[in-house]
Amino acid sequence: MSALHVRTLTQLADGLRRKSFSSVELVSEMLARIEKSQPLLNAFISVTGAAALAAAREADRALAAGGGGALAGVPIAHKDIFCTAGVRTTCGSRMLDNFVSPYDATVVAKLGRAGAVVLGKTNMDEFAMGSSNENSFYGPVRNPWNPQLVPGGSSGGSAAAVAARLVAGATGTDTGGSIRQPAALCGITGMKPTYGRVSRYGMVAFASSLDQGGTLTASAADAALMLREMAGFDPRDSTSVDTPVPDYVAALEQPIAGLKVGLLAEFFDKGLDGDNERCVREALRVFESLGARVRQVSLPSLPLSVPVYYVVAPAECSSNLARYDGVRFGHRCEQPRDLNDMYRRSRGEGFGAEVKRRIMTGTYVLSAGYYDAYYLKAQRVRALINADFIRAFEEVDVLIGPTTPTPAFPLGAKTEDPITMYLNDIYTIGANLAGLPAISVPCGFAQGLPVGLQIVGPHFSEARVLAAAHAFQGATDWHSRIPVGFA
Amino acid sequence: MALTREQIASIATLARLELSPEEVPLYQDSLSRILEFVGALERADTANVTPMAHPLAGLTQRLRPDEVSEGDRHECYQRNAPLTAAALYLVPKVIE
Amino acid sequence: MSAWETVIGLEIHAQLATRSKIFSGSPTAYGAPPNTQADLVDLGYPGVLPVLNVEAVRMAVKLGLAIGARIAPLSVFARKNYFYPDLPKGYQISQYELPIVADGALEIVLEDGAVKRIGITRAHLEEDAGKSLHEGLPGMTGIDLNRAGTPLVEIVSEPDMRSAKEAVAYMKKMHTLVRYLEICDGNMQEGSFRCDANVSVRRAGTQKFGTRAEIKNLNSFRFIERAINFEVERQIELLESGRPVVQETRLYDPDKGETRSMRSKEEANDYRYFPDPDLLPLKVDAALIESVRATLPELPDQKAARLTAQYGLSAYDAGVLAASRELAAYYEEVVRAAPADPKLAANWVMGELAAALNKEGLEVSSGRMPAARLGGLLGRLQDGTISGKIAKEVFELMWAHGSSADEVIESKGLRQITDSAAIARAIEEVMAKNPAQLADYRAGKDKLFGFFVGQVMKATGGKANPAQLNELLRSRLRG
Ligand SMILES: [Mg+2]
Ligand SMILES: [Zn+2]
Repeated sequence: MSALHVRTLTQLADGLRRKSFSSVELVSEMLARIEKSQPLLNAFISVTGAAALAAAREADRALAAGGGGALAGVPIAHKDIFCTAGVRTTCGSRMLDNFVSPYDATVVAKLGRAGAVVLGKTNMDEFAMGSSNENSFYGPVRNPWNPQLVPGGSSGGSAAAVAARLVAGATGTDTGGSIRQPAALCGITGMKPTYGRVSRYGMVAFASSLDQGGTLTASAADAALMLREMAGFDPRDSTSVDTPVPDYVAALEQPIAGLKVGLLAEFFDKGLDGDNERCVREALRVFESLGARVRQVSLPSLPLSVPVYYVVAPAECSSNLARYDGVRFGHRCEQPRDLNDMYRRSRGEGFGAEVKRRIMTGTYVLSAGYYDAYYLKAQRVRALINADFIRAFEEVDVLIGPTTPTPAFPLGAKTEDPITMYLNDIYTIGANLAGLPAISVPCGFAQGLPVGLQIVGPHFSEARVLAAAHAFQGATDWHSRIPVGFA
Repeated sequence: MALTREQIASIATLARLELSPEEVPLYQDSLSRILEFVGALERADTANVTPMAHPLAGLTQRLRPDEVSEGDRHECYQRNAPLTAAALYLVPKVIE
Repeated sequence: MSAWETVIGLEIHAQLATRSKIFSGSPTAYGAPPNTQADLVDLGYPGVLPVLNVEAVRMAVKLGLAIGARIAPLSVFARKNYFYPDLPKGYQISQYELPIVADGALEIVLEDGAVKRIGITRAHLEEDAGKSLHEGLPGMTGIDLNRAGTPLVEIVSEPDMRSAKEAVAYMKKMHTLVRYLEICDGNMQEGSFRCDANVSVRRAGTQKFGTRAEIKNLNSFRFIERAINFEVERQIELLESGRPVVQETRLYDPDKGETRSMRSKEEANDYRYFPDPDLLPLKVDAALIESVRATLPELPDQKAARLTAQYGLSAYDAGVLAASRELAAYYEEVVRAAPADPKLAANWVMGELAAALNKEGLEVSSGRMPAARLGGLLGRLQDGTISGKIAKEVFELMWAHGSSADEVIESKGLRQITDSAAIARAIEEVMAKNPAQLADYRAGKDKLFGFFVGQVMKATGGKANPAQLNELLRSRLRG
């Protein structure tokens, strides 16, 4: 029994339940692939082989006994931003290089209860700040489609691992596009649910009002299955919403004939690469052929989403990252002269350049005399953008557009100027500002590189968004393409 | 909106970040560019728009019953601590 | 008299008497071994999130109702950002622009008996910080985070107080109130109830406020008075010698009896408040307010007024008794046991009893002298079984042996002599023993009457009924 890795998470879950193969076989194959890929892709920060095999044996026992959860025996990985009891959680930072969480994030616990087997913790931009995965203390992750290129970020490790079929699915977090953008650049499916749908408890905070956990998988059907097990109300998270989780899997087959699709005018701007535009427009024709009614909609304030984001996210991060002070956990400098020296050097040494840049930006926009001009102003414009979306969803069921302006770019290409890097998220940030569910699905190739299509829905319309993506994937096969060398 | 070295220094102090002399001009340049970039917000007309602090418009804070649910686990928690003694977290002397 | 007027505003921090912390499930008990009551949320561990304790909210609302304040239908938690080792997250969760309680007031009684209204700007919910320990750790400071996350209500007054005495009166009144409401144990040694004083002076008659200094963490009424008085003198001296008062945070040193500048807290205190994205706006609806209102006890002022009306006590006595919910309850129990003379009961509770308790540093609640037992003694006093003088003696013995009034009176045979014949016999003996004084008295030396009273009392061991003795003695002495 070989080549299990080419199967989707859904197929693997079924195969395990039908005992066509064992979790131990599957996990062993995947661990071997991870080990082999690591020097090239660097997708993982920690690989937990022994624990994974033990969990696989456990899953096989449960399955043999006719038990086991919906994901029993299925190999997955967690972005190293999710706290895992007993396994170090670094957030891609020197600051947390030897931090071992005493507790499991709610997402980790839920997927564990569903029977998923965790093979390791994936690489990421430090504290989820980045769009290329070049900001990791553990070195950059490389794109399985072309190792000279970035996988996107900040969930670059998770995206590369799924694209290279090292795991069937992986968790990620999306604050400004950190699931959708790497999913697009790696040719996989990335789902960011509604803010409040997935618990943030145990997910190391970057920007609390924007962060949302989600999935990176090969297909929308896989996303539906994984999200169904991950989502749900959590009393430990005050921003977690107490509404029941629909069976996203059961809802996948709802027809999209008659679905009102809004084409986001603002997304087809000068920054959009020609090939990306071509792929997205072809995707729209697919939707039309499936009976969807496409019309243009305009969100006039949306072009301001990046400026809003780069005030709000740094502001929240400057406060969220103040807890890394070298006192209770995390890096502490050698021989501090005094308290302030300890603070300044521990943080100066523990944080990388981009994290420091954002902390300083956030500190500035919140400081006396600038709060109103920057922070408050940004929160007002955020309200305008939110209102734009609400208005749009009175006319259409979902909004569709490109996920990114361009395909994957070479390492180092955008590290010089932060703004050019920030603009990678120009199409994804809006959904975070408004807390909307959004998915990126593969919709073609530009010079051999995957291009992503983004589908955004109203709050808590995950089922509809997933069904639309699933319908599209039923009519296309972009999502089943596997990078050469990993097939 | 160009920032001076002094401004960078005071922001770094407020944020408790040690910057090397080489880093200062780099942050001076990139922060200035970022502030210029976000300066675009000025042009938006936000007269009588209420600031949006989080995406869950209309939702309010859930309240927890007043119950003790956590026990003493300081030994486990302090395994991550750089320096402790007698169950206390140690820091360089705080002068007051 | 003075050319200067003092202006004082207080920020009182009262720890709320909840079982668990404001945002976590850790216990709040005082005095536990270091860091044994600090969970992941209190430690600000990566990934953890705050969830608000309903009881902290109810207690803040209770306070708001008791001071006639507005309860905000929607209030917002904000982050106050600053670095300090006892502040785990690098920010304190507090309320800034929209506090839960606003526009209240408390009335205090000044020395001249006049009543003064002290405005209360706001009261907001926030979390307490941990503690820094400097002793026994050379070159190091130890951090104990047991206190971190303990719910606090910060009560901010208007700058309405004009002297240290007024400030203390206000502080005491608030102290009484929070204990009445059972929202704070009021233990000042343990820091459950403490205040920061904003002090400034200005030329008498001028309107503009002077530059103020904030004196931090005053945790005893005595310190508050001393610290403020010292600070006022310091500021007047500065101003009179033409030097300015700098706006700063100062610390009171009880040993030196002076305040000194606290530069450490000063540098770069730009708190960068912004709404905490981990918490949603706090909604307090009418239902919650009414359910809290239903739990409001009789408040100190109401109780004092009732004691005056019901028992005819002076405003002063009623005030003293009402100052403590326990003391007032004790007093009323004594009156129930000896209803004839409520004023007498008040005198004994505030006199003999208070003195005896003080000597042993006890509270009425200690049960050292049950109210019913004291009532029993007053009953015997009222029915004439013993005289006031004997009553004090009986009280001493009751206190010493924990026995009842009747047991003492019987065992010591202290029952008052009301038998005229017996008293007359004693008078005859005394007259016989003191012929000279008798002669002088009869010659008009009326002052000697007291001498004879004393002698007869002595002869009867103080048990002769005073009224009868006077009457009989007068007639006998006349001859
Ligand atoms: Mg204060
Ligand atoms: Zn306070």
